[in-house]
Amino acid sequence: MTDLVKDMAKSAAGHPMVKAEGVHKSFGLAHILKGIDLEVNPREVFCLIGPSGSGKSTFLRCINHLEKISAGRLYVDGDLVGYRQKGDKLYELKEKEVAAQRRDIGMVFQRFNLFPHMTALENVMEAPVQVKHESKAVARERAEQLLDRVGLGDRKGHYPAQLSGGQQQRVAIARALAMEPKLMLFDEPTSALDPELVGEVLDVMRDLAESGMTMIVVTHEMGFAREVGDSLVFMDDGVVVEAGNPRDVLTNPQHQRTQSFLSKVL
Amino acid sequence: MTDTVDKAPAPAVPPEQIKAIPVRHYGRWVAGAAVVAILVLIGIAFANANINYSIIPDYITDGTIVSGAWHTLYISVLAMVLGLALGVILAVMRMSSNPVTSTVSWLYIWFFRGTPVLVQLLLWYNISLVFPVLNLGFYKDEMNQVMTPFLAALLGLGLNEAAYMAEIVRAGIQSVDLGQTEASHALGMTQGQTLRRVILPQAMRVIVPPTGNEFINMLKTSSLAYAVQFNEIIKRAQDISSTSLAVVEMYFVASIWYLMLTSVFSVGQYYLERRYARGSTRSLPPTPLQRLRKHLALFVSFRRPEATR
Repeated sequence: MTDLVKDMAKSAAGHPMVKAEGVHKSFGLAHILKGIDLEVNPREVFCLIGPSGSGKSTFLRCINHLEKISAGRLYVDGDLVGYRQKGDKLYELKEKEVAAQRRDIGMVFQRFNLFPHMTALENVMEAPVQVKHESKAVARERAEQLLDRVGLGDRKGHYPAQLSGGQQQRVAIARALAMEPKLMLFDEPTSALDPELVGEVLDVMRDLAESGMTMIVVTHEMGFAREVGDSLVFMDDGVVVEAGNPRDVLTNPQHQRTQSFLSKVL
Repeated sequence: MTDTVDKAPAPAVPPEQIKAIPVRHYGRWVAGAAVVAILVLIGIAFANANINYSIIPDYITDGTIVSGAWHTLYISVLAMVLGLALGVILAVMRMSSNPVTSTVSWLYIWFFRGTPVLVQLLLWYNISLVFPVLNLGFYKDEMNQVMTPFLAALLGLGLNEAAYMAEIVRAGIQSVDLGQTEASHALGMTQGQTLRRVILPQAMRVIVPPTGNEFINMLKTSSLAYAVQFNEIIKRAQDISSTSLAVVEMYFVASIWYLMLTSVFSVGQYYLERRYARGSTRSLPPTPLQRLRKHLALFVSFRRPEATR
């Protein structure tokens, strides 16, 4: 409840959850992000779409500093990601400080990346026990609640190899939620799934959006973006081409590149 | 073609069991007979050889030999522990982004893998020829006093093993998917926590089998320590054969001990591998005991066919 009040206070103060200012990213000679400016407000479901190689996943990975940005500024909840600014000098954060920043940002991967040597329950308990130093009993209780919430109450003792793709991805969502994040990043969460398993994962995400979680979702699921998304950005070749309300952008794209992309995927 | 599928449902008559004459594999019979014939010939040769088999059982439990086996076992375990500890350090050094440590690790592995263990053992044993006095500042002694057969064997075997273990550990760590590191970093775990809780447990699945092989090799390679006067099985067997003149018999005794040691550790290795296979397969393979029980149950049901009906 207090979290909710805090969030509302922040949004009232015009304090965005994520703010990108001229973000660039290069891998060697490859210039992936060419100046991204955007803002994500608290409690917002923010969808990123675009062709593969457009830089949307790279941008997502910059938000929790899995990738270092090459230029620009990136803020999460008002804090600079990965750096500390003193005067006009930037200092790299130490490993522990970066880890502390990441605690509050949950991430869900395309390939699930569950820990294969741990059961579903152990996967969800791991970070609270190791990172937040919660007692096992407390962590176990919340992990059980979270697995119930994603509909896997009867799969707690299963290893990831014993679960279907959709079940694994739901465990992965529960694992991220166990850290009680203020922001959730989804990197094409349904792209590796068989078509009939996509729905169960989207249902969990929809439920999460309704509970007021701030979510940034890289996706190819236009239906989800239209239904659940509060805003949508179309990226191509490292730049934001078009942004706006998902229903407007998807039904009435203004830019030629957006039109040609949507005509291929819709 | 397609409309035949929609035709009348399959007849309700149960399908008749096929009772065909199996193909005869005459080649298998010939090959089997040839192999048995060769085995019989070898057996006859050994039965008529000039070997006094009757003394072998007595020497297997002889105090000198048993103490030799104990020396073999503990030098192998200690050298393996040294090799494992140093190997992990070398592997981490090798993978570090510091060019000095990674080059030093590379050079170490290059040298210790590239020279024979026997030479390394002899170098340690004779080190007093180049360093007559060991002076560590706080400790000073004649090198002859320090470099006992035990220490020479431990250093020779252990430091050599470290070079091999370093490569095994490195291969294990690098076999773990990068997504695992990203997932644990994204959860806020530090590099150390990631290594300890996520990477190493998964790397163990790749590290354990070759490490078991290394240990079984070590049990046998430790026989080279006889060259530095360490009292392991071969040295003891030779001591006895020099007085009893039962040379080949004593090597048989030693071989039986090596077979017993390696067999015991092979079983241990099986269970260890099974322990680290958790999560990698949907169901773990049965243990030998479980398999034995299943076979027994099958055997019983064959003998009493009415029980299965």
